[in-house]
Amino acid sequence: MKRLGSWAGPGLPWIVGPGMLGALYLIFMVVPTERVQGIVQRIFYFHVPAAWAAFLGFVVVSVASALFLWSGRAAYDRVARAAAELGMIFCTLVLLTGPIWARPIWGAWWTWDPRLTMTVILWTIYAAYLLLRSFGGADEAVARYAAVLGIVGALDIPLIMISVRLWRGMHPSVIGARPGEGGLADPSMRFTLFYTGLCFVLLFVWMLLVRLRVLRVEDEIEAIHRRIHPA
Amino acid sequence: MLAILAKDLRIELRTREGVSSLAVLGLLVLLVFQFAFPERPTPEAAAAALWLAFVLAGTIGAQRTFLLERENACMHGLVTAPLDPAMIFVAKMLGNVVILTVLQFLVVPLTVVFFDVAPTSRLGWLAVVCFLGNVGFSAVTTLFAAISVRIRAREVMLPLLVLPLVSPLLIAAVQASARLLGDGSAAEVSVWIQVLAAFDVIFAAAGWLLFEYVVRE
Amino acid sequence: MAPPVIEAIRLGRGFGSVRALGALDLVVRAGDSLAIFGPNGAGKTTLLKLLATVLAPTDGTLRLFGEPELRPELRRRIGMLGHGSFLYGDLTAAENLRFYAALFGVENAERRVAEMLAEVRLTAWRDRPVRTFSRGMEQRLALARAFLHAPDLLLLDEPFSGLDPQAVLHLQEILTRAHRQGKTIVLTTHDIESGLEVCDRAVILCGGRMVWHSGRSVPAPSEMVKIYQREVGESHVGADSR
Repeated sequence: MKRLGSWAGPGLPWIVGPGMLGALYLIFMVVPTERVQGIVQRIFYFHVPAAWAAFLGFVVVSVASALFLWSGRAAYDRVARAAAELGMIFCTLVLLTGPIWARPIWGAWWTWDPRLTMTVILWTIYAAYLLLRSFGGADEAVARYAAVLGIVGALDIPLIMISVRLWRGMHPSVIGARPGEGGLADPSMRFTLFYTGLCFVLLFVWMLLVRLRVLRVEDEIEAIHRRIHPA
Repeated sequence: MLAILAKDLRIELRTREGVSSLAVLGLLVLLVFQFAFPERPTPEAAAAALWLAFVLAGTIGAQRTFLLERENACMHGLVTAPLDPAMIFVAKMLGNVVILTVLQFLVVPLTVVFFDVAPTSRLGWLAVVCFLGNVGFSAVTTLFAAISVRIRAREVMLPLLVLPLVSPLLIAAVQASARLLGDGSAAEVSVWIQVLAAFDVIFAAAGWLLFEYVVRE
Repeated sequence: MAPPVIEAIRLGRGFGSVRALGALDLVVRAGDSLAIFGPNGAGKTTLLKLLATVLAPTDGTLRLFGEPELRPELRRRIGMLGHGSFLYGDLTAAENLRFYAALFGVENAERRVAEMLAEVRLTAWRDRPVRTFSRGMEQRLALARAFLHAPDLLLLDEPFSGLDPQAVLHLQEILTRAHRQGKTIVLTTHDIESGLEVCDRAVILCGGRMVWHSGRSVPAPSEMVKIYQREVGESHVGADSR
């Protein structure tokens, strides 16, 4: 991870920055306006990739948590922590961009559609994870507690998915099929979506590496402090 | 393992603090729900009130079983004994299941009376739903209560940790109970019972495997 | 020479870059009694927890009773007296001991419980809840709890703290008797005099490292105090000037 960070850390901004500008160009200048929904549909090119990044965050948290419990190495704990913070940011972006689209299209800021329900539950798990870390302090025990939550949270995802589907499925469907999932008529729409998706993933990786470096330095400062001033 | 369970229940019987405070709390939640829905109560409202009372009281109850071990650092005593930490988890979880079952025996009849619902023909299925909900909820809260008693702000942290995780269990339990308290059939609830059973198996196993990392020094 | 009970080689415990205990080499043989001195945060409790196998080492190796693998079963041979008394306030003295007898699989539990209560002079209090006990009585019962399963290795974390002089004498007496019976004792303490009263070896930990050890003979308490000040003093100045 350290070695990856040493070249990807400085290199990635040069890819992510222009990449994001390119994404904006594609979204606003290239892609045709969706016939039924109009201009507001374009927010999907941010909304969906943000959801991917949020989900990626969850995957990284759970894998790093499991590796941490297994090996006891602090490096994995830092990865889990950094990924949770980023996951929280992207999950919040998803929850903010969703209603902006939903208001004109569905006529309501919020509906209890399965996907929305699932996202908001994931958000609360991220929130609990970060609060646990902030209340608990920096010692090893808290790292282990957080890892347990990271793993249990991942185990919960299939159950949450099944139960919210069944729950809403029992009611008459208010909403038709949502766009963004195979409903993209124009090939340039699909290309833009995947291109922005890639940009978001790279942005995620870059931010993760930066955050990891900060956490590692914090840890080293703590060790140096203790060496100079033994308790 | 049985020794820990017996010890916990003995302390509970001696003090009776846990069950009695939980029972009153459960009753209060049902009352508040009545104030919110004074018109003809629906089975849905009854199911929601039932499980809300259960979750609220249950979270506090689970916290108690570990606060008990905090006094005089008793948890260290358990950890220095030659037994598998998973056994401590099983004992604590069973203790919670017992206490929450007592709670359910109080709250369910009260719900039936207050909300004027008659589940007579489906009482057996309602018992199954209550039991499965109880086991899954106990598994999650036992694991995280062991965590929350060891950090600051523990009163806030346990519900924050547990409630998002038990959301699938709550959805399933409330949906199933609403149908059983109304006029749904057993066939309608079978899918929810499957969700509850899956939840129980997954989280009992997770607690069994992960508890070691929670209580280890 | 008696067989080694504790063999620690470059034993360490840390998280991230912070080390609670580093590169400790220590051999304690059957029948030895070792006092660990050191300021707060020196790693004394960490070391005891490693020895009690409730904490896993992150560096080096630890062998107990010659066994390379630290199975939970080894804990049957270890008695630990920690900072807390490990006793339940709502249970009586006898109930507390009976509970731990069950956990440790003690045979003839009833007889053993009665025996231990007599040993710490609490027979008259056997059916009283521990909540009603004084600090000294609670500490005696905690000791009975740690001795209950007749462990070969006794680990005591600050056993003298918070006790009145009478209770300290009584505790010293019990520990000296255990030592004479051939038990291995490791204790941590700030109380140099009491520690040396019981122990025939001593080490000083500071900042997670062993900075001094006595070899096979301990100095007199007054001498020991001077050594302690010499070894620990400097870093204490550093901590205070923060």
